[in-house]
Amino acid sequence: MKLTVNGVERELSLAPLYTLLHALREELGITSPKAGCQEGGCGACTVLVDGEPRRACLVPLAAVDGASVTTVEGLGEPGSLSAVQAAFHEQYGLQCGFCTPGFVVATTALLERNASPSRDEILEELGGHVCRCTGYVKIVAAVEAAGAAA
Amino acid sequence: MSFLSPTSADEAVTAFGDGAGITVLAGGTVLVPAVRLGRTSPETTLFLGRAGLDRIERRGETLRIGAMTTIAALVDAAPEPLATFARHVADHEIRGQATIGGNICAPPGGTTPQGDLQAPLLALDARVRSAGLGGERTESMDEFLASGPADRLVLELEVDSPKRAAAAAVRRPHAHAYTVLAVAAAETANGVRVAVLGAGPRAVLVDPDPAKVLDGLEPPDDAIASGWYRRQVLPGLVQRALEEMR
Repeated sequence: MKLTVNGVERELSLAPLYTLLHALREELGITSPKAGCQEGGCGACTVLVDGEPRRACLVPLAAVDGASVTTVEGLGEPGSLSAVQAAFHEQYGLQCGFCTPGFVVATTALLERNASPSRDEILEELGGHVCRCTGYVKIVAAVEAAGAAA
Repeated sequence: MSFLSPTSADEAVTAFGDGAGITVLAGGTVLVPAVRLGRTSPETTLFLGRAGLDRIERRGETLRIGAMTTIAALVDAAPEPLATFARHVADHEIRGQATIGGNICAPPGGTTPQGDLQAPLLALDARVRSAGLGGERTESMDEFLASGPADRLVLELEVDSPKRAAAAAVRRPHAHAYTVLAVAAAETANGVRVAVLGAGPRAVLVDPDPAKVLDGLEPPDDAIASGWYRRQVLPGLVQRALEEMR
């Protein structure tokens, strides 16, 4: 099967029920999507599939044959961060960083569909993402800042 | 182990046959982790993602919903109380992947309720069109749930817009807000129908009289609430839904 990951076409020869998360991390060495709960409940593995946020741990490879996948590595680079990445950096929207790729990807998608979400909308739309370090105040501030900067 | 990916509904029906040895893969939000954890090992997997079953068609007051329609699509398109129940499923990402067909076929959850859309579909007196042994058939949602989805391939659901509808739920916030207990009520051409999720392995229709709501029910103990708690809360929840509908 074929998959375009961060703009680069990749060939995979894995069984169709393997997860997208497995393919990204174990086959392609793209490790920003984190293997957290691995049953859809924590949000740490979230990536964009054809622009839509999806849990890579729940997506079977069969469903993404020919699709375009974007991870944090495809959003920006050191020295030229995306607006969302820059906002998380400036607002200290992370502590250990494990949940951060999922939050950054989901926030990128959220701001695509709603350029300036309210605080309640942010809490609702990012509700499936868990931070176990410290809480959500700085994360929500980062999302608000990214929305305001867009 | 084999994997089938039909590209039309007809091909999917042929591939499903009588369902023997077939595990249907719809959105994958239930099946994929079950496979990874070794809880199930499909002999033959039938993937519906390319079978063209994801269309919603409106004919007058009737909505025809393809089995692969995502729960996200129902939030905007479905009549109440189905739209409210769809909005409460899991979170944004999962609603975009999970499907209505998968939701009504989901096995009872081991630790938390699954199949949240069963209750509003029962209240709306939805019809389920499915294929399998004996060919295609269309039956009511209660008949479908009673006979069990194990040997049926769901193709489409039909719902009529109700005259009035309401939803009431007790939810427990976690990463997702899990539904402890939920009541869907609708006034359809067949009168007022009330269905409950979380009072048994699958959603059930109950008597709309709050005094009789608990008749025949044995709400379970699970990780998010006790059966005792559910019995205390359910009559009030039904009353709230019926009052909201007035």
